[in-house]
Amino acid sequence: MKLTDIQDKVQSSFFKEHQKKLYQSLEDKHTTVEELDDGDPLTTKMVLNMGPQHPATHGVLRLVLQLDGETIEKCKVDIGYLHRGVEKIAENKTYQEFMPYTDRMDYLSPYSNNVALCTAVEKIANVEVPERAHYIRMIGCELARISSHLLWLGTMVMDAGAVSFFIWTFKEREKIYDIMDRIAGHRFTVSHARVGGVANDITDEAMASIKEFVETFPNEIRDYHKLLDRNRIFFDRNEAVGVLKTEDALNSGATGPVLRATGYPLDIRKFSPYLRYNDVEFKVPTRLEGDNLARYYVRMEEMSESIRIIRQCIDKLPTGPIRTDNAKQAYPSKDEVYYSMEGMIHDFMMTDTGICPPDGAEAYHAVESPKGELGYYIQSDGTGHPWRLKINAPSFTNLQVLENMLDGEMVADTVVIIGGVDPVLGEADK
Amino acid sequence: MSLELSEHLQNTVESLTETFSDKVLNVYQSSGDTFVLVDADSVVDICKHLKKELHYVYLSDIFAIDRYTSEERFEVVYNLLSLKNPTRLFLKVRCEEESPELDSVTGVWPSASWNEREVFDMFGIHFRNHPDLRRIYMPEDFQYYPLRKEFPLLGIPGSIELPSSTPDTE
Repeated sequence: MKLTDIQDKVQSSFFKEHQKKLYQSLEDKHTTVEELDDGDPLTTKMVLNMGPQHPATHGVLRLVLQLDGETIEKCKVDIGYLHRGVEKIAENKTYQEFMPYTDRMDYLSPYSNNVALCTAVEKIANVEVPERAHYIRMIGCELARISSHLLWLGTMVMDAGAVSFFIWTFKEREKIYDIMDRIAGHRFTVSHARVGGVANDITDEAMASIKEFVETFPNEIRDYHKLLDRNRIFFDRNEAVGVLKTEDALNSGATGPVLRATGYPLDIRKFSPYLRYNDVEFKVPTRLEGDNLARYYVRMEEMSESIRIIRQCIDKLPTGPIRTDNAKQAYPSKDEVYYSMEGMIHDFMMTDTGICPPDGAEAYHAVESPKGELGYYIQSDGTGHPWRLKINAPSFTNLQVLENMLDGEMVADTVVIIGGVDPVLGEADK
Repeated sequence: MSLELSEHLQNTVESLTETFSDKVLNVYQSSGDTFVLVDADSVVDICKHLKKELHYVYLSDIFAIDRYTSEERFEVVYNLLSLKNPTRLFLKVRCEEESPELDSVTGVWPSASWNEREVFDMFGIHFRNHPDLRRIYMPEDFQYYPLRKEFPLLGIPGSIELPSSTPDTE
């Protein structure tokens, strides 16, 4: 398939230069390997555009696949359809003003994004966080991980053909939404973490619903296992599909469950522990096969581990303040704001100027989000706005893996492999 | 300023200063992270050395910073992980404002490809020997580099083609 042929047929009316370069790049991929091109007498070759408005691509992912019959010869991934320039926005906002934007990055696990930003700001500005806030954040992060993995599970099994399963996982997600509603006051975009702590304490009602969830959810996991672990169709669709070899995994830059499914136990919670992950016990599940089924096992075990972490957090949850009591570093509590003049002035100053890390300071802090390593690099110029804020998004790195993983697979497996990698385009496109 | 380095970082810094004595320009720490500023011309050699000899096998990220200074305006940072001894190292290089160019490290870590495309897209820094240097977020038809400090937050009107709001009545 030559570029000129594609160009003649496509006649793109929009972003002409972009389309041309994309098809050119597709043509150039692996050119050293093949080029025994004797035309295409059987006309089995075609270029297939999948996305950006394809329901199975989990957002606005665009794949350009060159097919030979049903096999994908090579593939290029085109992203950027959801690019909002949040790094540019961040440079023009104070740190806590920017925090709600992080909800909209990986919108399947907003809590871990909030925590990722806040821990990075706390690191650069040397903010002490009270013990209780650490544990509340951990509970929130692990709930977010379960919620995100449940969506992955539902959609991936749906991509493999079982539609009703999606409803069952969403039943459980709905419970997590309700818990988030009780913790933070929002179901979806929670914005619960604050620089220096969290917005409000866990109420008894919220705690009761968390406890109930922790009790009932393991039964659900058991049911999922019952349904899938010996399911012939599920195995046939996932086993040896989308294989990432162990020796390629580090070079390809995979992160999160995709990397752990190839055998590397790289988990930021163990690599450089943050919050209080040092004080709880959990395992980092790994597999060696690197295929879609291995990713399924890794994520399922991670959900069980998350439940284990939440249980320990509930047991250890100390009493005390939930936000640091320093007017230069965090918002004062609402009691103080409403009933004292100083409190109100501090509240105003925090909103107007915000927290000011020292001039020239730099910090990078990463957390293990459900998708992998989510890191925030911040460089400060001494004002309330970051000079540079860089988001190291796990979906972005995993999509690069996807581009090379798809080569040689069957076109019918594309959606399953995308489901297995579990990208969120809001995060990958920033 | 004295540095508080873990054992592996100490080894790293010593090995780098030994092997590339005049290429390592500065070693400093900020908020507990270690940054090594090196000469831009030998970045590929240093990266090879870091990967082969010092086990920095995993490239987590590459990003750029617009320092907005008259000299050496752009800074590119490599975020490296060593899994053998849990360490994170930041390698920095600087380049000039006029036609900024760097050597690509895709030969050392293939995963650098998309990260370098992102730096190119956002800051206009070219990477020599990059296999597929295209824009990644913005379309190729876009002519500006949005994360440079002089680019306005609201964008430049007319810089990007928008779809017709009435596609049927062309």
